[in-house]
Amino acid sequence: MADDRTPIVTLGGVEKHFGAVHALDGVDLSVAAGECVGLVGHNGAGKSTLMHILAGIGMPDAGSISIGGVEQGSYTVGLAQRLGIRCVFQELSLCPNLTVAENTHVTHASIRGIGWRGRAAALVVHKLDEVFPGHGIEARDVVADLPIGKRQMVEVARAFTVTQDPLKLVILDEPTSSLDAHTAGQLLAFVRRATGQGISCILISHLLGEILETANRIVVMRDGKVVASDRASAFDRDRLVTTMGGAEQHKKTVRDTKAKVRGSTPVRVSARPKLQADAAQLIAHRGEIIGLAGLAGHGQTRLLLDIFNASSRRIPGVEVTMPVALVAGDRQTDGIFPLWSIAQNIGIRSLKRLRRGPFVASDLETQFADGWRQKIGIRSPDLDNNILSLSGGNQQKTLFARALGSDASIILMDDPMRGVDIGTKLEVYDLIRAEAQTGRTFLWYTTETEELGHCDHIYVFRNGCIVADLDRSELTEQKVIQSSFAEGAA
Amino acid sequence: MTVDAAQTSRPFNYARMLRTLLPALSLALVLLAIAWLNPRAISYLGFTLMLNLAIPIALVTIAQMFVITVNELDLSIGPFVGFVGCVTATWLTETPLLGLAVLLGAILVYAALGALIHLRNLPSIVVTLGMSFVWQGLAILILPTPGGKAPEWLMTMMGFKPPFVPFPIIAALLIGLVAHFGLMRTSYGTILRGAGGNGQAIARAGWSLLRAKMVMFGLAGLFGVFSGLALIGTTSSGDANIGNGYTLLSIAGVILGGGEFVGGRVSPIGAVIGALTLALAASSLLTFMHIPPDWQVAANGAILIIVLAARVLISRREA
Repeated sequence: MADDRTPIVTLGGVEKHFGAVHALDGVDLSVAAGECVGLVGHNGAGKSTLMHILAGIGMPDAGSISIGGVEQGSYTVGLAQRLGIRCVFQELSLCPNLTVAENTHVTHASIRGIGWRGRAAALVVHKLDEVFPGHGIEARDVVADLPIGKRQMVEVARAFTVTQDPLKLVILDEPTSSLDAHTAGQLLAFVRRATGQGISCILISHLLGEILETANRIVVMRDGKVVASDRASAFDRDRLVTTMGGAEQHKKTVRDTKAKVRGSTPVRVSARPKLQADAAQLIAHRGEIIGLAGLAGHGQTRLLLDIFNASSRRIPGVEVTMPVALVAGDRQTDGIFPLWSIAQNIGIRSLKRLRRGPFVASDLETQFADGWRQKIGIRSPDLDNNILSLSGGNQQKTLFARALGSDASIILMDDPMRGVDIGTKLEVYDLIRAEAQTGRTFLWYTTETEELGHCDHIYVFRNGCIVADLDRSELTEQKVIQSSFAEGAA
Repeated sequence: MTVDAAQTSRPFNYARMLRTLLPALSLALVLLAIAWLNPRAISYLGFTLMLNLAIPIALVTIAQMFVITVNELDLSIGPFVGFVGCVTATWLTETPLLGLAVLLGAILVYAALGALIHLRNLPSIVVTLGMSFVWQGLAILILPTPGGKAPEWLMTMMGFKPPFVPFPIIAALLIGLVAHFGLMRTSYGTILRGAGGNGQAIARAGWSLLRAKMVMFGLAGLFGVFSGLALIGTTSSGDANIGNGYTLLSIAGVILGGGEFVGGRVSPIGAVIGALTLALAASSLLTFMHIPPDWQVAANGAILIIVLAARVLISRREA
């Protein structure tokens, strides 16, 4: 009954800024009834931000939203619900302390009055049976007791249940990330059936095979913009990967170092991720810059923390031979001491050297900090100022100064360039290279593929394991993306 | 066909069962100890006397439980009960309308505090710690020295002697069932608990978290008022400091009853049982053990630590 031409949703020129970062830079998107749109893009391409706006959680800074052909002035979560837009978020949005049936009531306020529990249970179990036959979930199960895959199943099934509001569009953000192959197949088959009945879907996934098989149309995002939008049959894996990665991938930072032969210097770190089934492990020699690549949250930070902990206690599978320092990526929570001065923030890792008797000598601390201010170029008139008086980039430099000023000869970096301006980045790249020349070892987790060009050797992570081990000469962005997205049968 | 698919066997969670039964087990333990020390206490009259103060403690524990459900903590509930007591022993007896208005106003203040804590994103511990001095100060202003008199009807109600089952036990049962039905069985109660479990999810489904917090704090105020009324109905006169010990007792009661500080996991029935256990352990048991009054407060604290430690150990096994 639904005409394929009617757009359910039309976004026009949507923009969203977080400070100086343009998360969305004028996005146009429209979804027709009964259409399954596959949305792909690398980390930070703006997919999740766009979906939050579509679900009414975030307000766009500019642009228009039309639902069912009607332009929406003040668009909210409640309105999105009433207009039939549902979202299965990446971070699970079930209440762990409630049962499956009770969670169904959360999104269906109309199930109430005597016997509401039974009706909610029937509704969700019926949908679970339809989407995931043989699911083994009971309506009275408390969500916290269910394994993550089953929670995801409940969440998906709940999004497709209908009471008084219509169901027009379901946004599935990485719905299969915690499902096994069998249930993921069930879900994708259901999505195809649902779109056949006129319900639209937006499917976000890092598994390109899923997208190519399931979607009618594929939209590729990069840097907050839609860079391609075409019928799914017009794409194949390679074209998707190339479109996602951008055209300028072959421009590499030219480097003066001669190709070093690996293994000519002693091993400083060897570490095997806990989930690694085969013998692959991360090896770092003296003077090397090792890159940890892959999609965000696939075990890189975990391994860095294991290596960090291994310097003070035994961690199975991790060997560290020298003192370690960590440069935190999330500097507001893990990095800076917000109430302390710049000098105190720099000196904290080296207090042993700044002591006279049992006391910290403030003149030694200032002297030490001042040395690093000049070396690393922290722009501040006075190091006794509070750390928060610095810009984000300079705060990050302070953290680098803390690590580089310490006695550590192994420096772990947990995506330290997040939200740092390009000028600071270039300065820090030079510094890292110079320090590596003097024999320090760097382990550098980064989500920016460009930065991998500075590394001597790259390990690509997926699902907590090392899946590729690339020398610099073999490094291309395509290869990194290829292995980050690789599927079992790729 | 719908139900059969779900009939898979799943491993029985013994630790979960132990946790659910812990409040009842600890109550049984305390009762056994009392029966062993003084068999005559296990009688209609014995229970009526021993559980004399259990009703206000059960009510204040339920009040605290509402606040804990939404991941907050109320450090002012004890002084609040004292304040309610002073209002009850003076204005509610002399000028009932004024008294009633003040008590209703106090409940509204509680709801407003919930709004303040939510809107300004303030730590509830700080806000309620501040409020505890406000309630205490007001109580002292109303009743500078212990005295006043409870309204007749209140004393009659608290002195009610039903046949066979002592009144405090019936009252505790009633309190537990009302709170259980309201919070655990109704559809809006589910949303209120969900607000503690995953507030963001509740908000994203279009519910108002502000309203949830205000309802929960308002309910805490309401049960705080009930607790103050019950307390004055039992003791028959007021005292500004009468409720000061209730803050910690109420928190301990909720936790002992199987609740968690965060995550919206609470149990109203458990909380009432926890309150009864603490009420018995705190006075009757210690007296029967011939512990001198000077040492009773310290012994009280020791019992709290032991019982709560057992509770934590069991939850850890479950995780």
